[in-house]
Amino acid sequence: MANVIEGLFYSESHEWVKIENGIATIGISDFAQKELGDIVYVDMPSVGDSITKGSEFGAVESVKAASDLYSPVSGTVLQTNQDLADSPELLNQDPYTNWIIKLENVDNADLAGLMDADTYQNKFN
Amino acid sequence: MKYYDKLIFELSVPGRVGYSLPKNKFENYNVEDIDNNLKRESGLELPSVGELDVVRHYTNLSQMNFGVDTGFYPLGSCTMKYNPKINEEICSMPQFAAMHPLQPVECAQGALEIYYNLAKSLAAISGLSEFTLNPFAGAHGELTGLMIMRQYHILRGDFNRTKVIVPDSAHGTNPASAAVAGLEIIEVKSTPGGTISIEDLKPLLDNTIAGIMMTNPNTLGIFESEIPQIAELVHAAGGLLYYDGANLNPMLGKCRPGDMGFDIMHINLHKSFSTPHGGGGPGCGPVGVRAGLEDLLPAPHVRKNAQGQFFIENCDSSFGSVSQYFGNFGVMLRAYTYILSLGKENIKYVGPLSVLNANYVKESLKDCYELPIEGVCKHEFVFDGLKDKSTGVTTLDVAKRLLDYGYHAPTIYFPLLFHQAIMIEPTETESKETLDAFINVMKTVAREASENPDIVKSAPHNTPITRVDELKAAKQPVLKFGDF
Amino acid sequence: MYKYFPHTAANIQEMLAVVGSKTLDQLYSDVPQQIIYNKEYDLEEQMSEQEIRSFFNTLAEKNQKLCCFAGAGAYDHYTPSVISYITNRSEFQTAYTPYQPEISQGTLRYIFEFQSMICNLTGMDVANASMYDGATATAEAVMMMAASAKGGAKKVLVSATLNPLARRVVDTYAKFHGIELSTIKEADGVTSLQDMEEQLAQGGVAGVVLQQPNIYGIIEDYSGFADKIHGSKALLAMNVNPSSLAVIKTPAELGADIVCGDGQSLGIPLTFGGPYVGFMACRKDLVRKMPGRIVGATTDTQGRRAFVLTLQAREQHIRRNKATSNICSNQSLMALWVTIYLSIMGKEGLKEVNNLSYCGAHYLFDRIIATGKFSKLFDKPFLNEFAVDYKGDAAKLQKFMLDNGILAGVRLKDIKTDAGDSTLLFAVTEQRTKEEIDKFVKLINQAAL
Repeated sequence: MANVIEGLFYSESHEWVKIENGIATIGISDFAQKELGDIVYVDMPSVGDSITKGSEFGAVESVKAASDLYSPVSGTVLQTNQDLADSPELLNQDPYTNWIIKLENVDNADLAGLMDADTYQNKFN
Repeated sequence: MKYYDKLIFELSVPGRVGYSLPKNKFENYNVEDIDNNLKRESGLELPSVGELDVVRHYTNLSQMNFGVDTGFYPLGSCTMKYNPKINEEICSMPQFAAMHPLQPVECAQGALEIYYNLAKSLAAISGLSEFTLNPFAGAHGELTGLMIMRQYHILRGDFNRTKVIVPDSAHGTNPASAAVAGLEIIEVKSTPGGTISIEDLKPLLDNTIAGIMMTNPNTLGIFESEIPQIAELVHAAGGLLYYDGANLNPMLGKCRPGDMGFDIMHINLHKSFSTPHGGGGPGCGPVGVRAGLEDLLPAPHVRKNAQGQFFIENCDSSFGSVSQYFGNFGVMLRAYTYILSLGKENIKYVGPLSVLNANYVKESLKDCYELPIEGVCKHEFVFDGLKDKSTGVTTLDVAKRLLDYGYHAPTIYFPLLFHQAIMIEPTETESKETLDAFINVMKTVAREASENPDIVKSAPHNTPITRVDELKAAKQPVLKFGDF
Repeated sequence: MYKYFPHTAANIQEMLAVVGSKTLDQLYSDVPQQIIYNKEYDLEEQMSEQEIRSFFNTLAEKNQKLCCFAGAGAYDHYTPSVISYITNRSEFQTAYTPYQPEISQGTLRYIFEFQSMICNLTGMDVANASMYDGATATAEAVMMMAASAKGGAKKVLVSATLNPLARRVVDTYAKFHGIELSTIKEADGVTSLQDMEEQLAQGGVAGVVLQQPNIYGIIEDYSGFADKIHGSKALLAMNVNPSSLAVIKTPAELGADIVCGDGQSLGIPLTFGGPYVGFMACRKDLVRKMPGRIVGATTDTQGRRAFVLTLQAREQHIRRNKATSNICSNQSLMALWVTIYLSIMGKEGLKEVNNLSYCGAHYLFDRIIATGKFSKLFDKPFLNEFAVDYKGDAAKLQKFMLDNGILAGVRLKDIKTDAGDSTLLFAVTEQRTKEEIDKFVKLINQAAL
């Protein structure tokens, strides 16, 4: 059974997000990494790109599958996780510690419509 | 088949040559006279090998390959029929090999006649009006056909028709071709019976629909019997019907896409018309259209005048071009040879015998393998893995174990509707003895899966290499010799 | 019944019994009667092998054998005998795409060798398993640049010196795919750097397409182009003649991000336009945007070196409508053709092919200018192809030459609408002997203007 962390918000497309001090940290859920299998590549945007809620910001690739990443909130890319460039398997090992991007200029109101841990757990596990 | 580990670069010995060129009789000239700032600076690292090195190396490589001439190739949706040798003989005629694509038409009447008559033959077989042979492969034909579909609407001023309906059982190239052609995909789900439901289709048919892409029989090998009604509905809604000719083989002699109501189609000459797959091309993907759409075909066009002379019309139609010249002429020579060899007397048996072979294999194996949809299939059918699900043996394992027994694997994990899909297409060129032997081996593998699953799970054992580490290949890509 | 159908009448009855059908027709009971085709196709009657041979011999003779001085994208280079002997091996020819690596190492290895050779010729990091032809490869490069563009740039600039036959394919793809194309003007037979800079300055440019040698056969001096292009955050795709790269600057040396072109010049016979082989190579960081199959090295479970199709998550069978391209089959056997050609020729052989072609072309150029009937169109360096103006009726001259068994180049206007009526494009390869060139020049002297 896939692991779900309390305190994060989840999207239907299996991204998680946490907003602290106007900065959103975004990754994929344990459920998503299990579905994909061994991850070989993470495609990430450039720092400074502006991203709107629901739009594609990258993709996660395994040997025989690929899944686009959709941003759960709007914002400007502050940082991308460069550890994933060399070691994409970190997403398999711990998808919650290993975030993918951080956005700034984020509005808390964007969290509306996302699921809390319980709701996500019940829906997908 | 035996393992051979060399790459041509590893045979290289400086100073060895494999070529012979004429003596240079042009004094006072030298390519070194080119300005230095235009000259190559970096090293050129092509192998230095003798002719025999080359011959042995590639012969050794060939012996790690499995082809239709090696053994039975039950690869679903790929129509791996026998590739007649006379086709190759004709294709290799030096008179054709020497022809420049831009040589004047009066010096190319023979080649143009072949192009023209092959296109006409395909029109007769398909029940459509006119064909272009310019597209290079099936997927390229699809793309061309979809561009024609869009152009049809654009010329009518109907700019909103940018969506194309594609069944979820479609070949992967269908949605990809649609996307390249700038069309948005609307997926329609298959019913439990494996076909498109008219009730699901109806609500999708609004004035944004450019058309629908179908293959019939579909990728489950099931004939979409409601095609006349589907055609009527799509046409009534202002859309066009595109026929993906990948599954045309079982229709040969029995049913023409044009009569089913399709407006545009492509044919894979390397499937139904026996040209070799070549390890992934060259193919040829002719595209045909019904009467009224001929002007939308891509340039160059090969035409015949009242005096029976052939000429090229290069004036760009409103559409444009999809190839630099006339497509893969060499492949056309093979397909035309095939059609002429069979003639109208024999071509009509291609479909029925391919369907007989597929049903025979299906009925003979359905006790061991899960048949999700009963009934008569066409050229191919799909099992959903082994009947006995308790063994942990997957479709991949079954496929790999077949290699040990000297068969190519069926198509696996496609269509996506079934998790353990095994898709089998025997083609009409296989004998009952070949099919019986294959059926026996499939039964043996099913028995092994229950009695000795490990031997299946770790298969293949008798091939030049065993299973490969695909994860490593993707994570640490080594894509050229210099990357080692 | 027929040689390609092994079924005896008894076989058919036995098999129908297993299937539970009485007749072959009954297998089509799911096809509505109204669309069953009951007639015979409007085709010829069957032919025996000997009839086939004589039929095609008759057709072959309707094509005139010509001494070829034409190029414009298809060149009459020599084909070593070894090649077709190997490519005709049925293990290569009758194999499917190498999706089962355990029984496809032959195909996978030669594709890996092909990729390695294309990378070495172009100087690029990665190459794919091949494309259809040079024109479609260029169209794919244009789509790749648009897909890679940051910030939604959707415009691609294409030099006026790109072969118009490739350009019209690029136009077609771009029109339907929603990419805006703009032509960079030519000046004195080469791409105008100034016009390119002006267009780049307008912004929104995803990439630029340049050709080398260009449509006139000119080796353009592209130094400085890449910096300007990259300075505008755009990419540079170069369409090149791969054979020429044995002697002229590689696209990598010129700063290209993507390289495409047609491999026909690498020993593939003219064959009235195909099959040839397109190719594509790029910088490593663009590999995931590259269309087509890619072979990579790995190991099998016993640790032996093995090859497999890799990075497949880009492709249509996995990503469907989000794939980088719809390409599925490539021109695999023609990639083998080119791989064997480059193995046989080696570095020295390929350079000598270029030298012989260069010498023959420059000899022809000097000789026909000396006839007084031609004038040079541009004073620019060329390799094996050049454009000249004929002082008489070019169409008449070509007809006269055809009567003498010579294909006297390509009339540029036939493919490039802005070319002059009398401009001819001549190409010379190592296959043209001095005697043939002398005969050609002699006939030019005899021809009425």
